[in-house]
Amino acid sequence: MSNLPAELKYTKSHEWIKSNDDGTVTVGITDNAQELLGDLVFVELPEEGTVLAAGDQCAVVESVKAASDVYAPISGEITEVNASLEDEPEQVNTDAFGVGWLFRMKPEQPEQIAALMDAAGYSDTLEA
Amino acid sequence: MPQRTVLYDRHVDAGAKIVDFAGWEMPIHYGSQVQEHHQVRRSAGVFDVSHMVVVDVKGKDSQAFLQYLLANDVAKLKERGKALYSVMLNPEGGIVDDLIVYYLDDEYYRLVVNAGTRDKDLAWLEKQKTPYAVELSVRDDLSILAVQGPQAMGIVQSLLSESDKKVIANLGVFFGADVGGLFIARTGYTGEAGYEIMIPSERVVDFWDQLLANDVTPVGLGARDTLRLEAGMNLYGSDMDDSTSPLTSGLNWTIAWEPANRDFIGRASIEAARGSGIKQTFVGLVLLDKGVLRGHQKIYCAAGEGEITSGTFSPTLGKSIALARVPHGIGSQCEVEIRGKRLAAEVVKPVFVRNGKSMLNA
Repeated sequence: MSNLPAELKYTKSHEWIKSNDDGTVTVGITDNAQELLGDLVFVELPEEGTVLAAGDQCAVVESVKAASDVYAPISGEITEVNASLEDEPEQVNTDAFGVGWLFRMKPEQPEQIAALMDAAGYSDTLEA
Repeated sequence: MPQRTVLYDRHVDAGAKIVDFAGWEMPIHYGSQVQEHHQVRRSAGVFDVSHMVVVDVKGKDSQAFLQYLLANDVAKLKERGKALYSVMLNPEGGIVDDLIVYYLDDEYYRLVVNAGTRDKDLAWLEKQKTPYAVELSVRDDLSILAVQGPQAMGIVQSLLSESDKKVIANLGVFFGADVGGLFIARTGYTGEAGYEIMIPSERVVDFWDQLLANDVTPVGLGARDTLRLEAGMNLYGSDMDDSTSPLTSGLNWTIAWEPANRDFIGRASIEAARGSGIKQTFVGLVLLDKGVLRGHQKIYCAAGEGEITSGTFSPTLGKSIALARVPHGIGSQCEVEIRGKRLAAEVVKPVFVRNGKSMLNA
């Protein structure tokens, strides 16, 4: 049973988003998503400085089984990416909510975060 | 109605993620497909392949029947326990299935065929045997474990009695022997040394437990696919099927053309095709960029277009590899269309890893 950290917000497309103290957000994919994909072999991350609208495809996580698009949960600019995933993509599998984070953004409209699902809402979207 | 092998509960106990495979609920992995792959290349892993189908062929016409049924020639098997790999063709020269056949006695051979083709194969065998004095016996009373990896043979031998161990320790490659009701064969689908063991189902759980107690790792079907592809071994249903010729599936080596007067089903068709010139060939590909090659992706080269028949990420090589059916004269490079982009791939012989080592240059 995947655990869902209560302090995060979630999207229907299995991204999680965390508000950081400095006003940026961190984005990753959920434990449920990594479990469906299996061992990741490649992660393609956006360039720093890329400006995205909410819902834009911005990264790819690829396992032996399938390649899966990752979408920006909110609008904003990429400030940092998790470069260690280049050599160790499996960190997403072992710690999807922690060291397996994908990228950080400066939100353009921070109120978009509140409109996302909480842990209970995301949990409801998952099949049994 | 999905089926389960006798080891289902053991798979669940070991943390298996269970998926449907050809109507069977099987373990795709037990936590990490990539780790399981590495375990087989580095030490020893065990696969439950009890869903595969064992068919015993008995009777005075056994050899004649199999010489007609199979594209490879069972007359090559002169020593008891010796096996060979073959395809069986349909009259159009397409492949009904690939299999291993063991010569156990002059009137007793054993076939092992794929799980996904069980109904088709059994109907085919029943139909083709009509003129021959043979009986078929489907051995659903047997379970099958494949124990593969550099430590595999030593561990299995250590579980046997002293006298059984002597018999098995002397087993040559592609030979099998019955020791106390276990049929142990030096065959495999991983490119590593090891055994495939046919065991009465009432004994397999105990044998599984003994293997795990001796540091053999349970390995799922996900790793089975990455291992076999690295070893350049075809998968029926992906690399070949009823409509594909062995001559364009990398299986020319399995056809016994001699003696020229041995008729077998499909011989006339593939002989005619060989005579008029084969326009396609079967190759290996290594993706030069990041990404994963997958079945059905289109291939582009100066000589024309081709298609990937099966692809994956190779954990041992750290790159994506594939088997592909392509035009003759393809050369050493091509492009593969992946998610709308054309990426460069190197064309190589269709075998990537042997005895744990890369077969690719630098």
